[in-house]
Amino acid sequence: MPQEDGEDMGGIAVEVSDLRKSYGAVEAVKGISFELAEGECLAMVGPNGAGKTTTVEILEGFRPRSGGDVRVLGLDPETAGRDFRERIGIVLQSSGLDRNLTVRELVYFYSGYYPHPRNVDETVELVGLAEKRDTRVKALSGGQQRRLDLALGIVGDPDLIFLDEPTTGFDPSARRHSWELVDSLRDLGKSILLTTHYMDEAQNLADRVVVIAGGSIVAEGSPESLGGRDLAEAVISFRLPPGLSLADLPGALPSQPQLRDGHVLLRTATPTVALNLLTGWAVGRGEELEALTVMRPSLEDVYLQLTGEGDAAAPAALAAKEVTPNG
Amino acid sequence: MADTAASAAGSATGVARGRRPAVLPLLGRQFRYQNLLFWRNPFSAFFTIAFPLMFLLLFCSLQGGSRLTERGDIRFAQFFTPSILVFAAISATYVNLATSVAIARDDGILKRLRGTPMPGWLYVAGRVLHATFAAVLASVIMVAAGILLFHVKLFPHLLPAAVVTLLFGTLSFCALGLALAAVCPNGEAAPAMANFTWLPVAFISSIFYPLDNAPQWLQTLGGIFPVKHFAEAMQATFSPFTTGSGFRWHDLGVILLWAAGGTIVAVRKFQWEPRAANGGRRRRRRGA
Repeated sequence: MPQEDGEDMGGIAVEVSDLRKSYGAVEAVKGISFELAEGECLAMVGPNGAGKTTTVEILEGFRPRSGGDVRVLGLDPETAGRDFRERIGIVLQSSGLDRNLTVRELVYFYSGYYPHPRNVDETVELVGLAEKRDTRVKALSGGQQRRLDLALGIVGDPDLIFLDEPTTGFDPSARRHSWELVDSLRDLGKSILLTTHYMDEAQNLADRVVVIAGGSIVAEGSPESLGGRDLAEAVISFRLPPGLSLADLPGALPSQPQLRDGHVLLRTATPTVALNLLTGWAVGRGEELEALTVMRPSLEDVYLQLTGEGDAAAPAALAAKEVTPNG
Repeated sequence: MADTAASAAGSATGVARGRRPAVLPLLGRQFRYQNLLFWRNPFSAFFTIAFPLMFLLLFCSLQGGSRLTERGDIRFAQFFTPSILVFAAISATYVNLATSVAIARDDGILKRLRGTPMPGWLYVAGRVLHATFAAVLASVIMVAAGILLFHVKLFPHLLPAAVVTLLFGTLSFCALGLALAAVCPNGEAAPAMANFTWLPVAFISSIFYPLDNAPQWLQTLGGIFPVKHFAEAMQATFSPFTTGSGFRWHDLGVILLWAAGGTIVAVRKFQWEPRAANGGRRRRRRGA
């Protein structure tokens, strides 16, 4: 599809416009559009059954689409052949491994399919399996098998890497290690399309987040600005100093403070002004504002709200959650 | 060492663009891949080699010096060695391929391979090559055991026919094994389906005893399937009464017809994705 701005396609790794996919009468993907720039990491988040894996598998060339246009590395994955697969790396959400082969053997055999593979031992080391290199797959833990998945996905030194829920089932340190690996891949200029359930993963890895629910994109933006998160009202809270009431607070606050469980809550679009007033007031009185925090909705809160999975009153619930530590 | 360092540096900077791997080395790698899997799975190696060898030792010992009058009074071992060779060759190809390909498909291994640049036909070629190798290896072991233990005689002028018959049979049963893998609903059913389709046929195919004096309908029934033609063509290459070069072209023709049918079914029905995953999302990864 020619771009209206006429710019070269060199900078775009994935271009999806009005992609549709139906299984019989069920429309799994209902006309989604997005782009992935070269060297960018894009996270696709959404609940199970939202259409993430269907979308990714269409981009990988595993499934035909029902409608819309897709260009991956400038090619149509539905008709692209070996050239295309030489340049992509795929970590599927679930796929098998030959249980009787060792880590190193599998990475070695897969490296042989590519024109310019990475070094086998280096790849095994990169995913943190150096100590397990001569262990057979059947003796690996679930997380170790997942890291082997990752090794097989990158051993061909691809330009574009698809990671479908790459860290599901990982312990925190293995996840941290995989994040570092993904970061290092991006530093090498690789483009990465990631799907994940974990908002902290999207926040840590992605330049941009696309939220999919019910087969449609419900929000798109940087992890910082998604769903207007950067513009949303902040909640300032602190413990009300003993012997004081709400009436003792400075009068010029930008909104009406509330008292809950001995804590003052102030919802405001101008937290800087409010904080200046409050801290000036407290310092003037020689009071320390205990348990002082400024909260914004977390990416997870925004996500739950966008996908309709959370409580409709998520921001209020958030405020209450943060303010009732009981100790 | 310098090579390794250079390639590591190359991959890091993305400067070194290598060349697409050539077909023959890739085929060689796929052969080694399958060979490792074959020997590390005790069942495939056992059923292909040890199991037929046991049959050979058992049957030839039990039958001792008995002779088969319907085959011109030849010794039992002279009949049974080519028979068990056919048995082993079919295990190595039909049973092994049907089972391991269906399981690899349902485990998602084929799907993963489909996402690599290796052409699909090359994967299939690697499997056929290895199955053929296993069949030839098992055949050599059966014949060697027959010669050493039961004084089986080889007839040099029939050897070309023996080799050609083995290759016809092997490739045909590779095609049929791939066809069964393609139509088999799931990997767990594959071993049962393979054995259930082939073992009953083996008993009406002159493998364990000649069918020459069996009722006509049984001979006709056996003659529909390729096993009997494979067995009798192979037995002819071990018989002192065979005249000429020993090629039984009508048997080879039937084997070829089955090969063509198997190839058509395999090509039309072969799938790379797990069958179970098609309906919904039943497959979840272990530990997730």
